[in-house]
Amino acid sequence: MSTAALAIEPTSPAPLLELRGISKEFPGVKALDDVSFAVFPGEVHMLLGENGAGKSSLMKVLCGAYRADAGEFYYKGEPVAINSTADAQKLGIAVIFQEFSLVPHLDIAQNIFLGREPRGRIPGTIDRRKILADARHVLGMIGFEINPSTIVDKLGVAQQQMVEIAKAISQNARILVMDEPTAALSDRETELLFALIARLKADGVSIVYISHRMAEVFALGDRITVLRDGRRIDGVRPADVTPDQLVRMMVGRNVNMTYPRNFSDKPGELLLEIKGLSASTGISDINIEVRRGEIVGLCGLVGSGRSEVARAIFGADPVSSGEILFDGKAMSGEPDLAARRGIALIPESRKSEGLALLRSVSDNLVVSALRKLFPSGLFDQRGAQRTSDGLIRQLRIATPSARQTVGLLSGGNQQKVVIGKWLAAGSKLFIFDEPTRGIDIGAKSEIFALIDRLVAEGAAALMISSEQVEICHVCDRAYVMREGRIAGHLTRSELTEENIVRLGMHHA
Amino acid sequence: MTDISKDAIAPPRSFLSQDAIQVFYRLLAALLICAVLAVLSDSFLSLGNILNVLRQASLTFFIASGLTLVVLTAGLDLSVGANVALSACIAGTVIHKTGSPALGILTGLACGGIVGLLNGVMVTALRIPSFIATYGMLWVLNGLTYWYMAGETLHGFPAGFRQIGSGYLFGLPIPVYLLLVFLGIGTLFAQRTIWGQEIYAIGANPVAARLSGIPVARRLLLVYAVSGTMAGLASIIFLSRLNSAEADIGESLTLPAIAAVLIGGTSLFGGVGTVFGTFIGALILTLVLNGMNLLSVSANWQPLVTGIIVILAVWLDMKTRRRAQ
Repeated sequence: MSTAALAIEPTSPAPLLELRGISKEFPGVKALDDVSFAVFPGEVHMLLGENGAGKSSLMKVLCGAYRADAGEFYYKGEPVAINSTADAQKLGIAVIFQEFSLVPHLDIAQNIFLGREPRGRIPGTIDRRKILADARHVLGMIGFEINPSTIVDKLGVAQQQMVEIAKAISQNARILVMDEPTAALSDRETELLFALIARLKADGVSIVYISHRMAEVFALGDRITVLRDGRRIDGVRPADVTPDQLVRMMVGRNVNMTYPRNFSDKPGELLLEIKGLSASTGISDINIEVRRGEIVGLCGLVGSGRSEVARAIFGADPVSSGEILFDGKAMSGEPDLAARRGIALIPESRKSEGLALLRSVSDNLVVSALRKLFPSGLFDQRGAQRTSDGLIRQLRIATPSARQTVGLLSGGNQQKVVIGKWLAAGSKLFIFDEPTRGIDIGAKSEIFALIDRLVAEGAAALMISSEQVEICHVCDRAYVMREGRIAGHLTRSELTEENIVRLGMHHA
Repeated sequence: MTDISKDAIAPPRSFLSQDAIQVFYRLLAALLICAVLAVLSDSFLSLGNILNVLRQASLTFFIASGLTLVVLTAGLDLSVGANVALSACIAGTVIHKTGSPALGILTGLACGGIVGLLNGVMVTALRIPSFIATYGMLWVLNGLTYWYMAGETLHGFPAGFRQIGSGYLFGLPIPVYLLLVFLGIGTLFAQRTIWGQEIYAIGANPVAARLSGIPVARRLLLVYAVSGTMAGLASIIFLSRLNSAEADIGESLTLPAIAAVLIGGTSLFGGVGTVFGTFIGALILTLVLNGMNLLSVSANWQPLVTGIIVILAVWLDMKTRRRAQ
């Protein structure tokens, strides 16, 4: 791209922070390879790339968590060193990670000034009045109206994020690095965050923004840097590129952005029938049907009870009333029963609920199929390895071997392992809870192709997703939930983003 | 053709698993200790002494092997020693009353197993952390045993029964045969059955294990029951070897068993370790204590040395594992 050199020209004369030729190597992986990167004052700099492209590594080098093996840093044109988080903090660099670093049982003010509390008159004490006043001042600066003595544990995700930002601002952060900040936010909360970003920008704060969502990149970004395989591929302005071009830069090949799905005209026999299901987890009177060959969407806002329905079907949470019929027979019991009957749950947080991260790919792939693979009860490592090798090939899981520790794989490949363990078990109904969260575009379309193949072969899928586009493209029909109930059902022809939002919205 | 090319690019099978490497290091350490002791003491390499070491290691191993399974699930069983005492006293009474060693042995195993099952119920159904549940059980069992024995000592058992703990077969102590048998069974169970695999999976991530369809509660019940039954087995060997039973015989057993598990490389965080490692752990522990006796080091130093070995072993483990990742 010949315009690239022009596009990277600064909007204002001098960059605030410049990284030149940064490299970082881990045993066997070149995480960053000669990456140069500049942040100008008051800009939103989007950082794009698939999982494993080097975004997180670059972010960690920026904030001093990793030491670069090679490369130079310049702050306002002066050479500097970032060897520790303290160095980064001194330069005004702050990172808002996806997993917040707040102390849950302390209040907002204590969290903002953690480790820097104003001293009281008696040595060893904290000036409570000053810390509250200071907190109120900082919260006011970012337009977040809340009582600073609220315990952080009681806050929602969006509010905790605001506290993180307030904390960064209170440390005079001039460069704010945000890692997928909208991943867990509702649409309304996202709007508030965007408004705040605009406000910070106006104050001259620079923002490095990592995102997987194309819409955000174009709505917010002043400049875009694309990473791939640890290398900087290009730097562009949003106005000069199309989403398709960006995707191609990220994956280095043409990816079909349309969702692979072969719709079948006549649905198969009834597989799952839920009648009047209620549970103490906050769902009530749920009625759902899923037929073989179908992908049925389960939409609604985060917190509307979608995951709770999935868990109730799988037996992970107790049911208080109602009936679950699977393959025509009533079902109640623990997850082991559901799994044996042929139900699979691909949970929302694959790291904490889907995988044993320290065990091998093979161990994870066969864990749900032990009884099926070894009916005598005698386990055989070589047999497990054979099954795993087959699944690794079939699902195209990128791993050096079946013995690799699963925690070292990228998000998309980890998700394939979670799905793979249910393929090995021969499941008939696959319940996906946010199957594409934190997964790059290439892996996403692979996973959808896989789901399509599964249902074409007679299985069925119930798919929870906050990505309405995905639901609309992939599902045969969908249920929309609101406040623990089914608010409506949308057939294939009615399935539009507008309809999902309309049904899922709270009517205050 | 395509299949062949796929096989050609398939990664080479790695030669040794992480577990195998950890066990190998431990064997090396045990051999090193043997070599040092052989140089320092003339009597170390005598047959009598070596058999003595093996017999002592076997007593620790019986308790520690069941405990290993519990620790693999990220649990802990602090009641094993107290369980040994109660089971020994009840088994001893049965033998005295009925004159039947077989009935006594069954009672001892059953008593141990039931205690273990109760631990399992507390951990699964009542959701009490295993550390606390078994710690409470320790006190309950001690209380029961002291009340039951009321300061008495059971003494004198049939000669046939005493053979179990102190007899020889083809020149080897009978406990050593039992050690080999249970080492084999334990290793097979942990590595070669699907139950064993499920136990590792539960220890590695209990939430994921449950959501992968593993009947977590049932497996935990099994694991605690096995741990209790192994304590019951140890109680029989103690009873037979000591030819007596008192209420306080279990008090010095729990901590060495935990030490053997930890020295053997099983992680308290669960999911990592082997029964064979625990055997080596018990062996290392016994070798060091034996060596100190032979070199006439005061017994007062033994707890200190045990502590240092445990800390060293766990620290080295963490270091090598971190490097491996």
